[in-house]
Amino acid sequence: MGEYMILMRKCLTFPDRWSMFFKQLIKEIYKLGVDSLWIVVIISIFIGTVIAIQISLNISSPLIPKFTIGYTTREIILLEFSSSIMALILAGKVGSNIASEIGTMRVTEQIDAMEIMGVNSANFLILPKMVGLMIFIPVLVIFSMFTGIAGGIAASYSSATDMTPAAFEFGLQFYFNQFYVWYSIIKSVVYAFIISSIASYFGYNVKGGALEVGKASTNAVVMSSIMILMADLILTQIMLT
Amino acid sequence: MIEVKHITKSFEGRAVLKNISAVFEDGKTNLIIGRSGSGKTVLIKDIIGLLRPDSGEILYDGRDLIQMNKSELKALRKEMGMLFQGSALFDSMTVLENVMFPLDMFSKMSSKERRTRAEFCLDRVNLSDAGDLYPSEISGGMMKRAAIARAIALNPKYLFCDEPNSGLDPKTSLVIDDLIHDITVEFKMTTVINTHDMNSVMNIGDNIIFIKEGVKEWEGNKEEVITSKNQALNDFIFASDLFRKVKEVEEEELKEHKG
Repeated sequence: MGEYMILMRKCLTFPDRWSMFFKQLIKEIYKLGVDSLWIVVIISIFIGTVIAIQISLNISSPLIPKFTIGYTTREIILLEFSSSIMALILAGKVGSNIASEIGTMRVTEQIDAMEIMGVNSANFLILPKMVGLMIFIPVLVIFSMFTGIAGGIAASYSSATDMTPAAFEFGLQFYFNQFYVWYSIIKSVVYAFIISSIASYFGYNVKGGALEVGKASTNAVVMSSIMILMADLILTQIMLT
Repeated sequence: MIEVKHITKSFEGRAVLKNISAVFEDGKTNLIIGRSGSGKTVLIKDIIGLLRPDSGEILYDGRDLIQMNKSELKALRKEMGMLFQGSALFDSMTVLENVMFPLDMFSKMSSKERRTRAEFCLDRVNLSDAGDLYPSEISGGMMKRAAIARAIALNPKYLFCDEPNSGLDPKTSLVIDDLIHDITVEFKMTTVINTHDMNSVMNIGDNIIFIKEGVKEWEGNKEEVITSKNQALNDFIFASDLFRKVKEVEEEELKEHKG
């Protein structure tokens, strides 16, 4: 914990050169964010569809209106799936990418080379990743919300269930609380910080060779996932209760 | 000029450097040699500030590295260039971007001037055609040359090289040695090289420090190495048959000359 705080203190300072920071920031947004768009879209469509189908199959009581399927699908996607579950998926993709990239730079002396030049390596390498992810993860969450709900709508057209598109769409609009979208976006910003900072910490402190880089990458994903779940619980307690 | 005075360094109670003093002069290639585990890497890491010695002084033209605050150390680092054993080029950047990196971070030049300076450095190490390639696309020797170009981009006063010839064939090693020696003289740098390579010792050893078990055992130049009577040095330098024969020939020539 102490080492993590020291790294964050070293990292969270003003960049030596703003022009280099922005250049890195654009690269990181593209590499960590834009490149993750396809997986977010694919997963969200499929999960949105499956959620709608499963709810439909589990609501057999004639007393429960059919629009409940759309309503429940929307609530699951907005409240938990698009932010928390997507963050867990991104912790695997982006977190391992960050830890292995920085870890490889450490074991091949690239970080030492920066330090010898007088560059604050933590600031140069980690800050653009953190800021880039904190900017772009909310965008991914919004994409996930739209595509997840689109998947649900697609399921409502399926003949395999007794949903109707009209009922589903009514359910989507029923008792809509705009704050849930903001709640999800705020959570995603916190998750972005958790993923980028923890993965960077494990990568930056690698000692050894390729084997240790692999271990650091795994540890980064495991630790990020645990911290995301803890943050989810805390933020939900603070913001929804 | 870099002066090292009475440096000691221990790890977990084990003394790695024992009261080492040395002077590394401007415009000369200063070699630190010794067996693996003798303490030469620890010494060079102490000199460049990656490690902190337990006691002693490290003076860069009179400025004590150990007493420096963060901003002074940062300013000093801009006067240093370092060639790492594995080149340590940034994988995500092209060769030209690697050379431009220190300029982008610290120089006040315009973008065009920075590019011109980087191209000059690449040209100086005969890599003007490789600027657009990535480190993974070039050979080990080219990577070393690119790393030298990056190290000299900011026109440093002090150049440090950690095993510059490791992993290179003898011919490429000579090219790298000559290049380091030439730029040292040309830019009047203080160059400190940590090496095992006996070809480098014979080729560019203006000033040689031999370390054995953390103690400075011998100091001299490439001519004095041949005639030295220091047993530990001779055991190290002339471990191979080739160098033993070179020594015998040199000594015979010396006797004939005296006769």
